[in-house]
Amino acid sequence: MKSIKMNERVGSFAENKDKARNIRIEEIVPVLKKGEGITLDFSGVESATQSFIHALISEIIRTYGVEILDRILFKNCNETVQKIITIVVDYMQESEF
Amino acid sequence: MHIHLPNTAFLGNIDPFLRGYDPQNTNYLRITANKKWISIHPVVLSMVAAIGQPLEPSHISCEKLEARSKHYLERMGLFRILGIESDITITEKESAGRFIPLEIINDSEGLTKFITEMIPLLHLKPEQARPIEYIISELIRNVLEHSRSETGAIVCAQYYKKSNRISIGIADTGIGIKKSINQSHVATTHLDAIKLALTPGITGTTHKEGGTEFNAGAGLFFIKSIAKVNRDFFILYSGNTLYKLLKTPPSRKVRLFSDPFKDRHSKDDKLPLWQGTVVGIDLSLEQTEEFSSLLDLIHKAYIDSVKERKKARYRRPRFI
Repeated sequence: MKSIKMNERVGSFAENKDKARNIRIEEIVPVLKKGEGITLDFSGVESATQSFIHALISEIIRTYGVEILDRILFKNCNETVQKIITIVVDYMQESEF
Repeated sequence: MHIHLPNTAFLGNIDPFLRGYDPQNTNYLRITANKKWISIHPVVLSMVAAIGQPLEPSHISCEKLEARSKHYLERMGLFRILGIESDITITEKESAGRFIPLEIINDSEGLTKFITEMIPLLHLKPEQARPIEYIISELIRNVLEHSRSETGAIVCAQYYKKSNRISIGIADTGIGIKKSINQSHVATTHLDAIKLALTPGITGTTHKEGGTEFNAGAGLFFIKSIAKVNRDFFILYSGNTLYKLLKTPPSRKVRLFSDPFKDRHSKDDKLPLWQGTVVGIDLSLEQTEEFSSLLDLIHKAYIDSVKERKKARYRRPRFI
C-alpha cells in the first residue's frame, strides 16, 4: 500500500490548500483509480486547518462516495489532526454531494 | 479619504473610530491622530495600511504626530508600508514587546512563509501558537481566495503583556462579503451577507452543502467559535456593517450557535462604507481553551447546523 508522508510535503502545520490539492490530484487519486489503498502518514504534523483537510479529501468523498474511506488510512494523527479530519468526513457525509 | 487615529480603539470600543472614517475621495488619504496618546488595536493599523496601499505615497498625508506613543506606529511598520517618511526614531527603551509588524500577503506561498517566520516572533508556547496560526492562515486564505483584492491581505498582531492577550487585525480592500456571498446565495444587505458568511457550511463559491473541492464555508465560523469559546471579542466589518461578537461573561456557559445572531453580539449597519473586509480578533492566552476540546464543540455545532438545514429541506407528507 502506498504511503504519503505528509510532513515532508506540508511541514508541521498543514494549512497550504494548494499543496493539499496537488497531493490529492497527483498522488492520492491515481492510486485510488487503480483500485488500491493509500496511507496518509501525519507523523510530525502538529496541526492542520479544516480548509487543508477539506482540500485534501472532500472531493475524493464526493467523487467515490464515503465507501472510499475504507481504502484511505490516516496514520499517526495526533488528537487535533484526528478531530479536524473527523469534522470534514462527518460534514461531507451529512451533505448532499 | 480621512482616517483619524483616536486616543483609544480596541475591539470593545472600536465603533466611534469606524464612524469617524471618511471613505470619500479615494484618490487621497489624510491621516490625523490624537495629540496626546494613541492606543489602538492592530486591526486599526491594518485598516489604515489597506486603504493607503493602492495610493501613491504622494497622495497620502500624515499630520505631524505629537502623541507620546507615536513610536508604536513606526515600530509596527505603518509608514514603511505606506511608503511615506516619518520623523520618528525608535530607541530600545520604547520596546513594543512581542508583535508582528504590518505585512502584505499576496499569495499562498507568501502566507506559508509568513506563518513559518512571523508567528515565532510572538514567542508563544506551541499550544498557544496553534490557534493563532490557525486564525491567521484561515483568514488570510479567505482574502486570497474570495476578496479579489489587488493589494492582498494586510495583517499585523500584538501581544499585550498586562492582559496576556494576542490581538490580530486583517484587512483587505477587495469586493467585500456581500458581493462574494451573492455569487451563490441571496443577501440583500451587508448584514445578511455577514450572517451567511458566519454560518457553517455556507460559501460564496456554491449553494451546495459540503461546498466545492476547495471551499467548505467553515473558515469564519471556526474563527468566531475560537473567540467565543475563549470568551473574547471578534469583529467583522464589510460594506456599511459591523458585526461584533461580544465577550461571553465568565458566569455564562459557552454555547456555539450556527446563527451568529444568537451569539451575544452587537451590530451596526449604518457605518461608513468599507470597500472590502476587515477582521479583528482577540485571544486571551490566560484562559485559552485547549484547542482539541474546542474542536469538539465546533464539530457538534457544525454537524447540527448542516443537519438542521438538511431537515428544513425535507419533503413533508401532505395530509388531506
